[in-house]
Amino acid sequence: MKIIISNSSENPIYEQITNQIKSQIINGDLQEGETLPSIRKLASELGISVITTKRAYEELEKEGFIDTVGGKGSFISRQNKEFLREKKMKVVEEKLAEAVSEAKMLGIRFKDLNEMLSILYKEEE
Amino acid sequence: MENILEIKSLKKVYNNFTLKDVSFNLPYGYIMGLIGPNGAGKTTIIKLIMNLIKRNSGEIKVFGKDNIKSEVEIKSKIGFVYDIPPFYEHLSLSQNKAIVSQFYSDWNDQLFGRYAKEFEINLKSKFKTLSRGMKMKFQLALALSHNAYFIILDEPTSGLDPVFRRELLEIFSELIQDEKKAILFSTHITSDLERIADFVTFIKDGDIVFSESKDLILESWGIVKGGKELLGTEVESLFHGIRKHEYGFEALTPYVKEIKQKFGKTTVSIEKPTLEDIMFFMTNSNGG
Repeated sequence: MKIIISNSSENPIYEQITNQIKSQIINGDLQEGETLPSIRKLASELGISVITTKRAYEELEKEGFIDTVGGKGSFISRQNKEFLREKKMKVVEEKLAEAVSEAKMLGIRFKDLNEMLSILYKEEE
Repeated sequence: MENILEIKSLKKVYNNFTLKDVSFNLPYGYIMGLIGPNGAGKTTIIKLIMNLIKRNSGEIKVFGKDNIKSEVEIKSKIGFVYDIPPFYEHLSLSQNKAIVSQFYSDWNDQLFGRYAKEFEINLKSKFKTLSRGMKMKFQLALALSHNAYFIILDEPTSGLDPVFRRELLEIFSELIQDEKKAILFSTHITSDLERIADFVTFIKDGDIVFSESKDLILESWGIVKGGKELLGTEVESLFHGIRKHEYGFEALTPYVKEIKQKFGKTTVSIEKPTLEDIMFFMTNSNGG
């Protein structure tokens, strides 16, 4: 796990932590079942308040990224596979939207674009 | 959350200063900073907790027990660092240590040795020859070597160089790892608290302005900057302290949302405050 806190950032520190952990889960740098440091350990390492790290973990828990088991600590949770898929779908959607707007700018018709897509899709297979 | 310290309606009257109706709590496992301008009452509160001066009224509970009725028991579990260290100037540090350690049944000489080494304290030096930083390190090593659960420090960082201030803050956060201890320290160097403190209690003129989680304070307040043409009694009622200058104004507000709605982002700039900003505006404002 890697976390960099910026004091000049507009985002509050707890949000910087949640954002970085989330993106490491989505990237696959943090894997399901992996243990996170305790809130006190993380606060001490980063030199920040325990309340800040506590809040970060609470947010991650609420959004289903991590599970906290009393006495055992916090883990990267299982459910986020579906979430991860959704996130990645969104990336595909965004890239397609980009391609569509490029195509429109060049005056490519839907039929031709569709054809391009099916050729590309089949090529991949 | 269980509290290591509970202060209720605490009052102390001096000829020229009154500590009025002070109440706040500190839970186990956390760090609290006591801030305020000089003469606000920080040291008075700490002295009252340690029962070094007598309170006029109110209640102080440490470890759930009255601090006067259970004074001896409580004090054996408090590590206290004085603003002005009460040691024998002409004796060596090891002699001073030998005297202090007698008072604690839970004295751990091995642990003291470890801290002395870590802080690079030369035990043969006479107390009077030490620098301010060294005196602080020596006091701290003593305070940490008798199995104390509650560490109270009066202005521990003033007069220390930034390197040792950072080290000290690291020691604090290591200490609270086991959730059984807590730390209360007064300071006027608010940047020390900016990151590490969990709670901040702000005192002004013997009165508590707020005692809150630091994150909540920093998130809910804002510094508004804009042109003077925007000002008026209605707007100024939203401010806690305002500084007007030749070319505009700066003000502290707890009503960030309302200000945004009123002006929109374009006409004023709203910034996140530091604790120092909050202390400055709450203490020296010309109106508002």
